[in-house]
Amino acid sequence: MIDKLTYSERQSASFILVAVAVVGLLMAAFGNSNQLGVHGVIVMIFAAALLYPVLSAIYAPEPVEDREASYYDDPIKVGIVLAMAWAIFGMFMGVWVAAQLAWPNLAFDAAWSTFGRLRPTHTSGIIFGFGGNALIATSFHVVQRTSRARLAGQVSPWFVLFGYNLFCVLAVSGYFIGVTQSKEYAEAEWYADLWLVVVWVTYFILYLRTLARRKEPHIYVANWYFMAFILVVAMLHIVNNLAIPIAWSSAKSYTIWPGVQDAMVQWWYGHNAVAFFLTAGFLGMLYYYLPVRAQRPIFSYRLSILSFWGIVFFYMWAGSHHLHYTALPHWVQTLGMTFSVMLLVPSWASAGNALLTLNGAWDRVRSDATLRFMMAAAVFYGLSTFEGSFLAIRPVNALSHYTDWTVGHVHAGALGWVALITFGSIYTLVPTLWKRERMYSAALIEWHFWLAIAGTLIYIFAMWNSGIIQGLMWRTYTGENTLAYSFVDSLVAMYPYYIARAFGGLLFLIGAAIGCYNIWMTVKAVPSTVPATPDAPETAAAVPGE
Amino acid sequence: MEIDHNTLVAFSKSWGLFYLLGFFICVLIYAFWPSNRKRFDRAKKSILDQDDKPWK
Repeated sequence: MIDKLTYSERQSASFILVAVAVVGLLMAAFGNSNQLGVHGVIVMIFAAALLYPVLSAIYAPEPVEDREASYYDDPIKVGIVLAMAWAIFGMFMGVWVAAQLAWPNLAFDAAWSTFGRLRPTHTSGIIFGFGGNALIATSFHVVQRTSRARLAGQVSPWFVLFGYNLFCVLAVSGYFIGVTQSKEYAEAEWYADLWLVVVWVTYFILYLRTLARRKEPHIYVANWYFMAFILVVAMLHIVNNLAIPIAWSSAKSYTIWPGVQDAMVQWWYGHNAVAFFLTAGFLGMLYYYLPVRAQRPIFSYRLSILSFWGIVFFYMWAGSHHLHYTALPHWVQTLGMTFSVMLLVPSWASAGNALLTLNGAWDRVRSDATLRFMMAAAVFYGLSTFEGSFLAIRPVNALSHYTDWTVGHVHAGALGWVALITFGSIYTLVPTLWKRERMYSAALIEWHFWLAIAGTLIYIFAMWNSGIIQGLMWRTYTGENTLAYSFVDSLVAMYPYYIARAFGGLLFLIGAAIGCYNIWMTVKAVPSTVPATPDAPETAAAVPGE
Repeated sequence: MEIDHNTLVAFSKSWGLFYLLGFFICVLIYAFWPSNRKRFDRAKKSILDQDDKPWK
């Protein structure tokens, strides 16, 4: 990897890493023995772990080939490995917290392992660790292939990838030691947030510069989705995380948004994180890897443009449906509800476009589990966006809000849509990226597929049952106009569903572990499509005898 | 004219909603403009070409 960089690029990489380590040292010094100090040490270890391989190869021979004649695939490979590693971590934490709800003793009476601290390690591990790394890796792949141009940088792709993972490590490690700014999906504190801004702006500039040097005149629609993902996430992240630390030496900060405005900004962020992190970027994957795998062009390119702008215009307004029946002005709630219902149009346009692309190739869907992953993802995308529009309607929300129905809905999207489209894309990508003939085992992909489907279905059916029972129990009145059930009564009723949910999640985790093994064996054991070239220079024989 | 909370609310409730729909009509025109058809058709087929090298 480092042998593909020139001497001056290795120098810049070292310089950046030393600068990061110095920042870590300052954090450790100022933070002393509090949480900021702990994170300073983690930053230093992270920088040193990357500095070691760079420095040990700094005088290695420089690359001789014309790098512009090939795509830059090394960061994509590392990104996929990191995404799968985060998947295992995040899903394991998910199974653990799910099991804690059924068996509270699994918190083992320690502070770091309470539900409140472990739950964000699951959500951040999956959304940012697994999803984010998969998005960075696939966006680097798609932008190069559709632009017919190499990435516009040698060091910056690495900066984006590792810088982003440093953010994820700071976020997740912080939750264990009690760092949080108490905003859902934005729990990381101010210093990690500032770092993510630097990384994310670099990502956006790299993406734009790569597009600017494209040889293909038309910008393929998948790039629009990836660009919306990068740009809007930057915007959301900055506005929602505007906060003032209580001291430069403290990990704690307070948001600048007061009261109900804080709630509105948070859910404007939160729902658009669903829209632009968990939807737009993954639609970018769908619009590239599904046609490529099926070897059929997308059913309607026009429809893909319409659904893109539909999603961009409509989603922005939907966040207030998280705040029905609160202090938020009624008309703002109604606005959010209306746009959420309208969103069904562009969402189903994308889901329908994907399924109609496969129309006429159903035999391939039957025989190829990778393509089936993407087909199932499109189906779950259609189902969960329908459910989302429905749940956003105020009277429906009166029943569903604060119940497990919401949790089930999120997982129909996260397991059924986000994870399935990612696995389908990764199984398409891995053999081409490592120049292998095929994946190691088609049977293992089948196993992964059916475990993932079974896990998702068990999960969402358990949560539908549990959520609706909960919602009904909380609103049942007796003849004397008092509540018929206490909260604990509803908790007892949840018990079997919580066990089922943990089991569904466990199946999904096992599937992901099988996927990791399959990817590992593909890289290790499947014959290469490129004939091996001899390592010695061919001119060696010309200088015989000394 | 003083710009207070009520002014902003009135603006958001009226124009804030309709400029987005205006944008959307522009997109509709772009997507269905007849001379764009050829470009879109080429774009959706071009990603299926399997040459794994940047163009010169």
